[in-house]
Order: sequence, then structure tokens, then C-alpha cells
Amino acid sequence: MYTISVNNQTYDVDEDGQTPLLWVLRDILKMTGTKYGCGIAQCGACTIHVDDQPMRSCTLPLEVASSYRITTIEAVEGTEVEAVRAAWVARDVPQCGFCQSGQIMSAVALLRTIPSPSDSDIDTAMSGNICRCATYNRIRAAIHDAAGTLKGAAE
Amino acid sequence: MKRSVTEPQTAKGRFGMTRRRMILGGSLLGGALLVGYVATHPMQVVGAILSGGGTDPEPSAFGSFIRIDADGWVTIVNKQQELGQGIHAGLAAIITEELDADWDRVRVIDARSNFGAYGTQVTGASNSIATHWDSMRNAGAAARAMFVNAAAQRWNVPPGSIDVRDGVVTHAGSGQSAAFADLLEAASRQAPPQVPMLKDPSAYRLIGSERVRRKDSLAKSTGAQVYTQDVQRPNMLVAMVAHSPRFGGRLARFDASDALNVRGVVDVFAIDTGVAVLAETTYAARLGREALRIEWDDTDAEMRSSSDLFQYYHDIAEGRGDVQPADFETIGENADAPFEGDVVDFAFDFPYLAHAPMETLDCVAEINGWDVSITSGAHMATIDQVVAALTARTLPGKVDLEVIPAGGSFGRRGLPQSDYVAECVRIAQRVQGRAIKLIWTREDEMAGGYYRPMSHHRVWVQTRSDGLPERWRIHSVCQSVVPIPLMPNRLATEGISHSPYFSTATTVKGKIFTPSFPVVCSLWRSVGHSHTAMVMEHIIDQLARRADRDPAEYRRTLYQAAGDTRRIAVLDELLLRSEWDRPLEQGWARGLAVIEAFGTVVGQVAEVRLELGRPIVRRVVAVVDCGIAVAPDQIAAQMEGGVGFGLSAALFGAVTLKDGVVQETNFDSYPVVRMNEMPLVETHIIKSTNRPTGMGEPGVPPIAPAVANAILALTGVATKSLPFLSGNAATNAGFPMQS
Repeated sequence: MYTISVNNQTYDVDEDGQTPLLWVLRDILKMTGTKYGCGIAQCGACTIHVDDQPMRSCTLPLEVASSYRITTIEAVEGTEVEAVRAAWVARDVPQCGFCQSGQIMSAVALLRTIPSPSDSDIDTAMSGNICRCATYNRIRAAIHDAAGTLKGAAE
Repeated sequence: MKRSVTEPQTAKGRFGMTRRRMILGGSLLGGALLVGYVATHPMQVVGAILSGGGTDPEPSAFGSFIRIDADGWVTIVNKQQELGQGIHAGLAAIITEELDADWDRVRVIDARSNFGAYGTQVTGASNSIATHWDSMRNAGAAARAMFVNAAAQRWNVPPGSIDVRDGVVTHAGSGQSAAFADLLEAASRQAPPQVPMLKDPSAYRLIGSERVRRKDSLAKSTGAQVYTQDVQRPNMLVAMVAHSPRFGGRLARFDASDALNVRGVVDVFAIDTGVAVLAETTYAARLGREALRIEWDDTDAEMRSSSDLFQYYHDIAEGRGDVQPADFETIGENADAPFEGDVVDFAFDFPYLAHAPMETLDCVAEINGWDVSITSGAHMATIDQVVAALTARTLPGKVDLEVIPAGGSFGRRGLPQSDYVAECVRIAQRVQGRAIKLIWTREDEMAGGYYRPMSHHRVWVQTRSDGLPERWRIHSVCQSVVPIPLMPNRLATEGISHSPYFSTATTVKGKIFTPSFPVVCSLWRSVGHSHTAMVMEHIIDQLARRADRDPAEYRRTLYQAAGDTRRIAVLDELLLRSEWDRPLEQGWARGLAVIEAFGTVVGQVAEVRLELGRPIVRRVVAVVDCGIAVAPDQIAAQMEGGVGFGLSAALFGAVTLKDGVVQETNFDSYPVVRMNEMPLVETHIIKSTNRPTGMGEPGVPPIAPAVANAILALTGVATKSLPFLSGNAATNAGFPMQS
């Protein structure tokens, strides 16, 4: 039995400690916004925040996750999230949309660390998230848009 | 609400065969008037008799595709599959344009599979806009006429004096106006016109504007969008299947004792495609599958490696194989006569490719006696429904198929075999009354076949003294991508056959060799064009350079000889937009390709440099002629996506076999383009009043030859096979990863 903190709530989870957090979120807690795409931390579709750091939940064992504060796409919030989401919708970033939960979690984490990221910063922060529809041009533009919104709000 | 299936015969007789679909007169059924659209293809009539489809749509006076609520909101039913291409918005925009509804008060819902209401639901060959152009316009225009006639009666004015805009009906002469909501009841009692008046394209307000935007971006930015992987049902079990590691391998025997000891595993049993594991959770199913001990019978399995298969293909192309060719193109007399003079010999090898959509294959099914209930990102709902019925030994009308958006597909979910749907139904048969969610892992998907086929093309060109082609001979070797033998295998040579580059030739002979062995192939975004574009476009650049002519000018000469005005227009716009004549910085070069696929002409110019032999593509300028541009922003999105998808395959894409076993099973060994490798894509749309054509696939084929042609310009070295990078060069990509 493990106690985990997800989205500011605690849950008792009676699963093996090696169970990847991804499947705890999806199958036990029924939070399906976090997606399975590869299972080996290559595609980023399962990106969540672990104490505000973006991580791949498909390779994070439950027993490790239980020591941290977990945030998923369903509950991530704040000015960066609002700016990112608005920019995503304004530019119609998603196509199939399956990777976008992970893309947004990575983008939010980037903007929290670097409020005005360069293209190179975006490459570094976002290259762990695959999009097979190749919405990358729009993701990049939307991150710049969101940075602009945040800058405007801060001034 | 069921419609009579005998109606189409009458309609056909009345209107003749010139229109694919036609409107039947309104028929009073249960008090509601229906504007019925019934397909006239004989197979569709047969299908209608066999199957009424799943649950009927909510009855509406305005036909199967349009519902208008009391608050004035318009709900449009999307009968095609939304798999990222934005078709829900494109089709809805066509209806909205003719209906003159308020686009901001239009919502789109996905249709269940329902042959009776919607006709054939098959999304593929970039056909959705093209083949529904008439039916969607007619649906919108017929409903609009019902509002106009209702208003004309109420105000006692001629219908011709009434205007509709953004869901408001007005009569300028008397200054009266009414919203759709105010006229709803009166309009729904009007008889829909037999042949509604359609707008002239010059009058379009929504089609072709930047206002045509997706309706699903918010749901796809919050995690709220539900895909098949996310579907929850009470008491549902998760299924995984252990498939043979070799194509054509069969299950000999298995020992499930360890698997059944895994916590959460409920059942283990053999099905025709392998050994199924049923468990309470996905992780338990995976652990259970890993604990299986299985012996496979490889008697009929494919045991060769990719290198063996390429050697086999080369032998076939040179007439040393065991495969008889079929002619796919013959121009001129004595096309088989030996070549003489200046003959250039080209050879290309292309590997198998996996689709690798972000959402792996999955399906939810539940069976209760004769009734089958399925939820799936079904690409070809009508076919999936029929296959599910055949598998479950029930009638198609007993299969209720809920179609939901798919997390990509690129063709994988659109197979005539409906392989994973059939597999899910087979498993669900074992546990009657309990929902099953079948999940394929990434490894299952990549090693599971249904690939873009590997191919070999050998091309000989005899040139004239001015360097233009005089004679062509093409030997193509490629498996068939459909389970029904086509003679010849024309999906392997589309893009070569009828090429404008044959325009100066006195003879052309094209032969297709179609070997057959257990590695199963299928439709992959842009199908044959995914390899033939590279063949033709890279050959043209090599011929142009041999003749010391500019590749663009060389192409224009051939297009002019072919009378191909659309390609000339695309080429000219492309040269202008890419600043073709302006030299790039040292170390950079441009490469050009122009293709026609699915009725759409696309040209791309790629700006490329080489870094330690690795192509870096920084910018792609693209021009497209897809007829009337219904949704310009989505056309641009598909161009961006096509470039990224095509570039992934061109740079890295290869599924290879070693002793029959697939070597690339996840994104670590099957890399795809990531953020840092994605070029900036600029899309320019040629203005056109022609009927619209598709955009889901045509953006894919040109990028590989455009890059190859840039490399040719940089180095003088021609590309003979794809991908550009393989082995360590591909996987040690050096992209800035974090994990």
C-alpha cells in the first residue's frame, strides 16, 4: 500500500511498488489525460510534474512517486498554464491531440523556469516530446506567444 | 428513424447518374420531415439492406447531418473520422457556408457508424472534402431554403427577396428579420427543395477564410479529449495479445501458469492471432504477457532478413526472380526495344515503415448475445462494423460502433482487414457481457506489420541530345498493400504512372513485380507516393544536372510538353516564394520537388546543409493547389504535418528484419523528427475555383526528394536509398533530450 499525492489530494494505492505511475494514474485513479505512447520515456506523452519538474510517468515507479507531489494535466494551474492553453487554442496547435497533454506539461515547466525562452531553450525543453502530427512549428510559436502574454501581465 | 432502402433506385432514375449522391424528397416519417441523402452506388444499396448500422442519429427535420436546437445552436454531424486532420471543421464549414449559420454557434459531433443515415463511412485517400463537397453543400443549402421559405410565408414576401447571414434571416424591403431559433418550428415543416440552389464560390464568406478553425483545440489542450485508450466501462478488463515474433508464425503451444499467477491477471487463452491475456489493469496485462511461455511454429514464417529481401528484389527487377511482372504503363510503339545512345540507370531502395501514431492500436468491445458494442477511433467505420459482425457471427446491424477521435493513424487504423478490431471482438467473445479494452503496446504496433511496403525501383532513361528524356523503362518491385489482388498492383506505382515527365518520351514501359510473402503491408500516409515521389523527383534533378540545366527550368519544359498547367502554376509560385534564384549562404542549398497526389498538386523547396553527413533542414517553402481551399489554416497544418511526417521517414524511418524478426520496436530505434529537427514550414495556397481536393496526405511525398535534391546540389552525390541515416547515425541523433 502506497500513499501518493496527486493534484493536491492523497490516495491510498494498493499496487506493487514497481507499477509505473502512468498506469496508477490511468487505471486506478482514472485520470486519463496523461497518455501512454511508448512506455520507455522516449515520447513524452505521459509527462507530469513531480514537485514541479517535468518527468515521464511511464518509467516512474509508484514507490518513488509516493515521495513527491504529483501534478497532472487535469489539475495543473497558474498563469503559465492559462497563457499556454490560450496560445494553444489561438493557434489551433493540436491535430490528433494525443501528445498535447505532455507537450503542455513540458511547456508550462519551461515557462516557469525560463519566462522568455529562446528557440534553443524550446528545443532543449521540448525535444523529449514527440508529436507524430508534427505540430512543432505551432508549439514553438505558441510558447513564444505565451511568453509574451506572461511578460505583458508582469509589466 | 429508418429510411426506405428502395428509394435510391427511384432517385437514380429521376436524376440520372451524373451526381454521386442525391437528395431525396422529404418523406413524412413520424411527423418529422427528413432531408435524406442516400448513396447511389450499388454496393451501398446492398449494404443498406444488410445493415441499418448502429444507433440512429437524433431525428432532425434538416436531415442526417444538421440539427438545430431551440437556442439557435447548430449541431453538425461529422460522418468522417477525425484523426487529427481537422476534417470535423472542414465538413462543418461547408454545411455552415451554405446554411449561412453562425460559425461561432456551430458545434460538431462525431457520427456513430450508420450506413443508413450517412452512407459509407470510410476515411482515406484524402477523400473526405473531395467526395463530400456536393452532399455537404446540398445539406446546408436545403436547410437554408427551409428557413427562407418559412420566413417568406410568415412575412408574405417572395423567397428570392430574403437573405440569410450568420443564422439570421432578413427581408431588406420590409426591414423584418428573425433568427433561426425564431423560425425553427415553421422551417422544420417546410418541404426541403429537391435541388437546392448552391452559392457561387465568389459569394463564400466562411469557406476559404481564416475563420474556419478547429472546434476541438480546447478539449485537446486540457486532457479532456477522450480517446479509445481512455474509455472506461464498468467492470472492464484490459487485454493484451502476444503475437508471433515472425510474420507467418503460428502458435504451437503455451504455458500460462506463471502468467495466471500475476496479480490482476484474470484469464489467458489462445486466439487466432496469438495468446490473449485478460487482466484488471494494463500493467497487469503486460506483466502477465511477459510471464507467458510460448512456443511458436515457424514452418510457414518469413525467416529472411531485410538484406536478403533487397537482394531478392534486385534480382526480380533484373529478371532473375520468380515473380511475373504486369505492365502498368505503355506508351509508344516497340516500348520493349533495347535502349541505345545515352542511357542513365537509376536504382532506389525503400524500407518498410511503421505508422507509429502517438496512440497505439486499441479498441473497446462488449458482446451480449447477438449484440456487439464497439468504441474505437475507427478510420473505416463501415468496414470495421462489417468485419466485427463477421467475426462475432452476427449481423452488421447488430454492431453498434461508436466512432471517437483517434490519436493519429496515418493509415494504420484504416485497413480493410480491420485486424485489431477483429482481435478485440474475438477476445470479447470469451467474456460475454463484459467490456474489453484491447491495448497494443508501442512494441506491438511497430513489430506488428501492416507496414508501408519496402520497394525497389529500377529505372532506365534514354536521353535526347538536349538532355530531355526520350525513352523510359521502369521496373518496380513492391508488395501489394491491400488484401485483394489488384492487377496490376497500381498503388505501388501511383505517382509514376501518367507522369508529366513522360511528355517528351517516344516510348515508356513500366512493369510492376508484386512479390508475395508473409510480411503484411498496408496503406501508409500517401501510399505509393511515399516512395514513387522520391523516384521521379530525384531522377529529374539528376537528369537536369547531367544536361547542365536548372532543375526548375527542366521541370517546366516537361510540364509544358505535358500541358500540365497546374504543376506549372505551382512551380512558378514556388520559385517566387522560395527565392529560388537568390543564392543561399555557403554550405546551404535548396532542393525542389513537385508532385500530384490524390488530385492535389504540392511543391516544396527545402533549405538544407550537411553537418557531419547529417542533413539539417531549416526551412521548407510549400505551395499547394487543392482546388477551393475550404480551411486554409488546416491546409497549412497538414502541410506542416506532412513535412514532419515525411521528413521523419526520410531521415530515419526503417523497419528492418533480422532472420524474420523486427529490429525496431520503439522510438529509441525508430526515431522520428523532434522539435529541434523540425524545419519551419511556410505554406502558400494557389487560388482556385476548382472543386476541392484532399490535403491529409499530399504534403508528405515531396520532402524526401526535395532534401535529396538539395544534397545532390551540395555534394553532387545522388541518393539511392532511404532513410538518409541508418543504424547509429540515426539513433545517436544528438538531440537535446531530457528524461
